[in-house]
Amino acid sequence: MFSIFKKEIRSFLSSLIAIIVIVVFLIANGLFLWVFHETNILDSGYANIDPLFEMAPLIFIFLISAITMRSFSEEKKAGTFEILTTKPITDTSILLGKYFAGLVIVIFSILPTLIYYYTVSELAVPKGNIDTGALWGSYLGLVLLSAGYISIGLFSSVITDNQIVSFIVSMFLCFFFYSTFDYLGSFSFFKNTEFFIEWFGISYHYRNISKGVVDSRDIVYFLSLIVLFLWLTKIIFSSRKW
Amino acid sequence: MSIRVEHLIKTYGKQNAVNDISFAIETGEIVGFLGPNGAGKTTTMKMLTCFIPPSSGKAFINGLDVEEKSIEVRRQIGYLPEHNPLYTDMYVKEYLHFIASVYKIGNISKRVQEMIEMTGLQVEQKKKIGQLSKGYRQRVGLAQAMIHNPSVLILDEPTSGLDPNQIVEIRNLITTIGKDKTVMLSTHIMQEVEAMCNRVMIVNRGNIVANGKPAELKQQFSSDIILTVKFNTPLSQQQRKLLEQQISIVAHEGNSYTLKGKDEEGMKAIAFNFAVANQLMLSEMKVAENSLEDIFKNVTR
Repeated sequence: MFSIFKKEIRSFLSSLIAIIVIVVFLIANGLFLWVFHETNILDSGYANIDPLFEMAPLIFIFLISAITMRSFSEEKKAGTFEILTTKPITDTSILLGKYFAGLVIVIFSILPTLIYYYTVSELAVPKGNIDTGALWGSYLGLVLLSAGYISIGLFSSVITDNQIVSFIVSMFLCFFFYSTFDYLGSFSFFKNTEFFIEWFGISYHYRNISKGVVDSRDIVYFLSLIVLFLWLTKIIFSSRKW
Repeated sequence: MSIRVEHLIKTYGKQNAVNDISFAIETGEIVGFLGPNGAGKTTTMKMLTCFIPPSSGKAFINGLDVEEKSIEVRRQIGYLPEHNPLYTDMYVKEYLHFIASVYKIGNISKRVQEMIEMTGLQVEQKKKIGQLSKGYRQRVGLAQAMIHNPSVLILDEPTSGLDPNQIVEIRNLITTIGKDKTVMLSTHIMQEVEAMCNRVMIVNRGNIVANGKPAELKQQFSSDIILTVKFNTPLSQQQRKLLEQQISIVAHEGNSYTLKGKDEEGMKAIAFNFAVANQLMLSEMKVAENSLEDIFKNVTR
């Protein structure tokens, strides 16, 4: 697993995908947080970095799909899939190696935003007056959410040997799981089952964790989502054997 | 026995790509797997390397079942897939390092260096694989297949698409390395089999249609010996009749006559004695060799 992980990280770095993802993520967030009027922290008057946690899930829909779209599609297209699967390594190790490589890249793109936390806590009156609980909760939520996106992305990549198809499917699925259930819940048709429907969406659990209340039910939801899609990926990955 | 295959069948839809084949390959043999496109060579190799499972039947590598002991089998074989897929954006050394780490071999750097020297990649070792010519890519593919010093090598068309010089180089490389290994290679090229292999298996439509040493096969499948003799002048009617009493003439063109028979030496003797008796000069005597190519054409038709 570790050798696959290392290979993936190297290929992210050498193909510049990692750098581009990190830079684009930081620029987009920087603009929303400090420059644009609507979401600007300085104008908002509150010592928090909530706009970051509102924007990041949407930006990640694009960026994580871009990171994961090639992971299986490219191997299938180039035939290197056959090299990998005839080596003494299990399908699960290949899958997990790729998964954690994606996760590490995403975490590295989130890390620099800790500077925003420091800046805001310095600007706060009195100094350091910032809701740390909600902040760490939000960071945990963001990491769990991206972990979920990555497993959705890997699934989208394993079903096709075309990277574009994989990218689009991944964006659709991420978006679907992030916010569709919220919209569905708001239909009057679902009046009494509203809560139940929203429960299926990522955003519901993400919002919960962001409040700084780390509920085991939310953690379990994210873990189930990750495991579900990794499991589906594994099934399709091994389906060459059918 | 290094490779043993028992009643192997692979079905795609209703079609049998590999149709109940059985064979065994002894340790140290270099076996050529021959057949037209779509005969089931690649499918058989993919089953032996655990890429796809057989529909039914068993295959063993060094006594290990490819389905039950899959990981262990994969550790003991070196495999060069058809079209030699490679990570074109990786550097040669980086790629070999990666493969070595997948096999978890000790002292990776030393082994990678050894493989680079063995396959003659010294000049190209700092390049990206995508920049290499086809011949060098093939060497990278071979280095990748042999880096863990496997006892069984399975090479799917190792020389396809190379120029004649590269083909000779790759063949020499395989023969050198193959000395103490079991090698199974597939190819379309007959000369290759004659040059490298101890044994040939010809497959057609999923069946093994011929299996044996190249020389044995030639004998087994050769029907009649065709001898062409050329005299200094055309034979007269009478002379021709005389000759036909001893041997059958199948064709003649100018001064040359094509004779057909069973016993090569006997035929030569008849032609020679006939020439002496009739005071003719024999200017040419040629036996049409029944090549592997002919056998291939015959059995795969």
